[in-house]
Amino acid sequence: MIWTDIGTLADIPLRGARRVKTTKGCIAVFRTGEEEVFATSNTCAHKQGPLAEGIVHGRKVTCPLHSWTYSLETGEAQGADEGAIATYPVKIEAGRVLLDVSALAEKAAA
Amino acid sequence: MERLVVIGAGMASGRVLEHLFEAGAPFEVTLFNAEPRGNYNRIMLSPVLSGEKAFDEIVTHDDAWYAEHGVTCRFGEKVVAIDRSRKVVVGERGEVPYDRLIIATGSAPFIIPLPGHDLPGVVAYRDLEDTNAMIEASARPGAKAVVIGGGLLGLEAAAGLRLRGMDVTVLHLMGHLMERQLDEAAGYLLKKDLEKRGIEVLLKASTKAIEGQGKVERVVLEDGTVLDADIVCMAVGIRPAGQVGADAGLTCGKAITVDAQMRTSDPDIFAVGECVEFEGNLFGLVAPLYDQARVLAKTLLGEDDAFAMRELSTKLKVTGCDLFSAGDFAEREGREDIVFRDPARGIYKRLVIEDDRLIGAVMYGDTADGNWFFGLIKDQTDIEEIRDTLIYGPAFQGGGAAGADPLAAVAALPPEAEICGCNGVCKGQIVDAIGAGADTLDALRAQTKASASCGTCTGLVEQLLAVTLGDSFDAGGAKPVCGCTDLTHEDVRRLIKARELRTQPAVWQELAWKTVNGCPTCRPAINFYLLAEWPLDYQDDAQSRFVNERNHANIQKDGTYSVMPRMWGGMTTADELLAIAAAAKKYEAAVKVTGGQRIDLLGVKKEDLPAIWADLNAAGMVSGHAYSKGLRTVKTCVGTDWCRFGTQDSTGLGIKLEKKLWGSWTPHKVKLGVSGCPRNCAEATCKDVGVVCVDSGYQIGVAGAAGMDVRETQRLVDVASEEEAIEWTAAFVQLYREHARYLDRPYKWVDKVGLEWVKEVLSDSAERAALNERFEISQSVYRKDPWAEHTSEPEAEKFQPIADLTMEPAE
Ligand SMILES: Cc1cc2nc3c(=O)[nH]c(=O)nc-3n(C[C@H](O)[C@H](O)[C@H](O)COP(=O)(O)OP(=O)(O)OC[C@H]3O[C@@H](n4cnc5c(N)ncnc54)[C@H](O)[C@@H]3O)c2cc1C
Ligand code: HEM
Ligand code: SF4
Ligand code: FES
Repeated sequence: MIWTDIGTLADIPLRGARRVKTTKGCIAVFRTGEEEVFATSNTCAHKQGPLAEGIVHGRKVTCPLHSWTYSLETGEAQGADEGAIATYPVKIEAGRVLLDVSALAEKAAA
Repeated sequence: MERLVVIGAGMASGRVLEHLFEAGAPFEVTLFNAEPRGNYNRIMLSPVLSGEKAFDEIVTHDDAWYAEHGVTCRFGEKVVAIDRSRKVVVGERGEVPYDRLIIATGSAPFIIPLPGHDLPGVVAYRDLEDTNAMIEASARPGAKAVVIGGGLLGLEAAAGLRLRGMDVTVLHLMGHLMERQLDEAAGYLLKKDLEKRGIEVLLKASTKAIEGQGKVERVVLEDGTVLDADIVCMAVGIRPAGQVGADAGLTCGKAITVDAQMRTSDPDIFAVGECVEFEGNLFGLVAPLYDQARVLAKTLLGEDDAFAMRELSTKLKVTGCDLFSAGDFAEREGREDIVFRDPARGIYKRLVIEDDRLIGAVMYGDTADGNWFFGLIKDQTDIEEIRDTLIYGPAFQGGGAAGADPLAAVAALPPEAEICGCNGVCKGQIVDAIGAGADTLDALRAQTKASASCGTCTGLVEQLLAVTLGDSFDAGGAKPVCGCTDLTHEDVRRLIKARELRTQPAVWQELAWKTVNGCPTCRPAINFYLLAEWPLDYQDDAQSRFVNERNHANIQKDGTYSVMPRMWGGMTTADELLAIAAAAKKYEAAVKVTGGQRIDLLGVKKEDLPAIWADLNAAGMVSGHAYSKGLRTVKTCVGTDWCRFGTQDSTGLGIKLEKKLWGSWTPHKVKLGVSGCPRNCAEATCKDVGVVCVDSGYQIGVAGAAGMDVRETQRLVDVASEEEAIEWTAAFVQLYREHARYLDRPYKWVDKVGLEWVKEVLSDSAERAALNERFEISQSVYRKDPWAEHTSEPEAEKFQPIADLTMEPAE
């Protein structure tokens, strides 16, 4: 794992998200609870809607464009919609948010 | 005899000594303690503070015990160093040689280095000295206390001080109390219980300074709030106190590192309690420390044992605040929640399940089953079979089929089980009424009153109908807001007002939401209902708004945004047009003249929004709210200013209406039009409110539409003056804000309530005045430009990515 500090927990609103720009497109980092974060691809599997702009509820997010809903834990689309988005390991340490960027590095190296 | 020296007479070392002496171990013990006393039960300081216990009652080992076991006591003496080469411990009053050494120095409270943190009257909450200082401060009549920190310790301090008669305010940085142990709903109930006992709780409260002349007099918050205080208790956390070990060169992380036998990096030195770090874990509760103590005693006796981390549970020792939290409910990976709420009794339970195992539990109000759940967590019991009824606790299990589905669960309830808490109606009465012919929800409500008051038991009553009547029951009925609740929009609005619910967690709990924090359907609706009902109290929640309202711009299909400045009444100026043109060029926007008499700049990147707004603000323009469920545009014609047919100043009235209504949030979007004569060039007769000017004055029509449905406005009233036209319009909009269900345009709402009712309400001039007054109160908060609030830091920063990793090497 390659943990990269992306900012403070307080910078992500509760039940909100922020984007992280990477060479492979944006990653969305969601804050689902006071001390709980998830990271997924920012790009909806339907028509590329920006998921960081969706409404965050429970451990799910609903796309702002056509309301596909994803589990932030598995990346699977919920209900009748079929599709999935990538998820990334992320953790909180001493109020900082750390994202595992090894998946990005691998792809870049390949 | 071997010489055993112990540094620190705390809860952990006390337990180690007990084990050693019970086993008859031949040690000659010297016990140092910085506190001027021996071992006592630190966790019982809270009942001492509140006056429920005396200090004598919490002493665990007294002089007689030390004497009996030949312990040399060096109390009130701090150990300042350990000399490992000579194997001596250096106390403030002299050295003591050791063969084996135990470090059990516990933790030190963390003090935030705020200005004034060292004033007399600022205390922590760790030992008897702190406790006595607080008791002393409470002796003065009318004395005030401020507790910084809304965790376990802070709240126990607050409750104790309150019981001693002080005015107590708790300041907590986070959005809910005890966020490490509780989720929002349980935090909300706890806050409510504490407030009931007279403790004031301020959330998201960040302390700026503690002030006073020679002693504490007041606390100042970042937002400027000033609180008088005779004593300030800082309970914001602890730090392991392992310095004496670190200074002696023992291996340390955040605390003294030990192995599973409680050995430090020196084979003759051991450590136990909160001053240790084990496999990266730190400690703050006694349960694992007792395990450590057992293991350490075994190690010293030459027996095998190993310390292992285990699940922890927490209770708050405040009489009447019944909470329980155990395991892990705040982490990640493939988890599912089961939520149960009983608002009438203030109960909340949440279970977290992963791979058919219970891994976390939070409970408030009724914690009787806490230990049963804790057992399931510790034993990692497979709960797949009992999953559906798990939350009802052990009493409900073993009934076999009973739990398989909710209907069976209802069927299994005994006749005397209470269904409707408000009206005290039990299952038997309802079943009897159904038997006697009450076969609909309404009929049951009329006959038994079940679910006729707060309505939260509607679902249960319907299930009883279904169970009793079988297939012949048709649920039909009123549609709930969404899957999170059985209540209708109207019920929710009524209950928010009647029960004075002022936050979203309050709504979720008191109205028995079935999910942890709502869904995309109910969240924006509840957010609107709360801000419409409590404009001055409720804090609008951006995370409960759809993207457009959160970002104050319309998202487009490619993820860019459109930006539309307001043009009051459709009027603009050459300078405004120049500024719009400049912005369009600078941000490479497409330019569209809209149907709402203004100009749209399309294709702006999110990162650029604050900058383009700043440019438009600089030219005197504000947000056009083309994105909001709120006032959009007021279209006008040129009216008497220019037109030969004009009867009144339609442009002027349109501008006045727009300036009055802009910024207000409404259940759905609201568009107005004002035409200068019945030729109606502004197409006012298909607007939510359309004014047509005539010689004798103004014809006000409402409930028009030109969307999927096309509707002509219906005449609300004819008035003679411009002032009256404005008063009636604002009254209509406010009535719509107060009554319509979220996402109903005015025409849909008027269809439901009937134009006659609207007319009847608004024709009462006192009522109109009251509606106008309430509208103005709300507008005192919302009649301002949201763009201007986001063009400077820290708000503008939020439109940027939190991090940009594209510059990092891809390695
Ligand atoms: C008010 C309060 C309520 C609590 N309630 C609960 C609860 O409900 N449940 C729960 O599980 N936990 C509770 N705790 C936490 C619990 O008390 C601690 O986890 C426990 O006391 C830690 O034990 P210890 O032996 O490691 O340290 P301590 O009990 O703190 O003992 C350490 C001792 O070492 C002494 N010392 C430190 N340095 C030196 C030195 N250099 N030389 C000599 N002596 C030294 C200190 O003076 C102290 O007496 C509570 C704590 C407080 C303060
Ligand atoms: C996501 C969907 C929609 C988008 C992006 C959108 C966008 C717009 C925009 C940008 C305007 C110009 C408004 C202004 O100047 O403020 C407009 C006008 C208009 N919209 Fe929409 N709209 C949407 C949905 C709807 C719906 C659902 C209806 C009908 C209920 C509707 C009816 C109208 C009408 C009638 C006008 C013209 C207003 C006038 O002439 O006064 N729109 N729309
Ligand atoms: S509505 Fe009447 S007053 Fe207004 S521009 Fe048209 S014709 Fe002239
Ligand atoms: S792009 Fe996300 S739902 Fe269509």
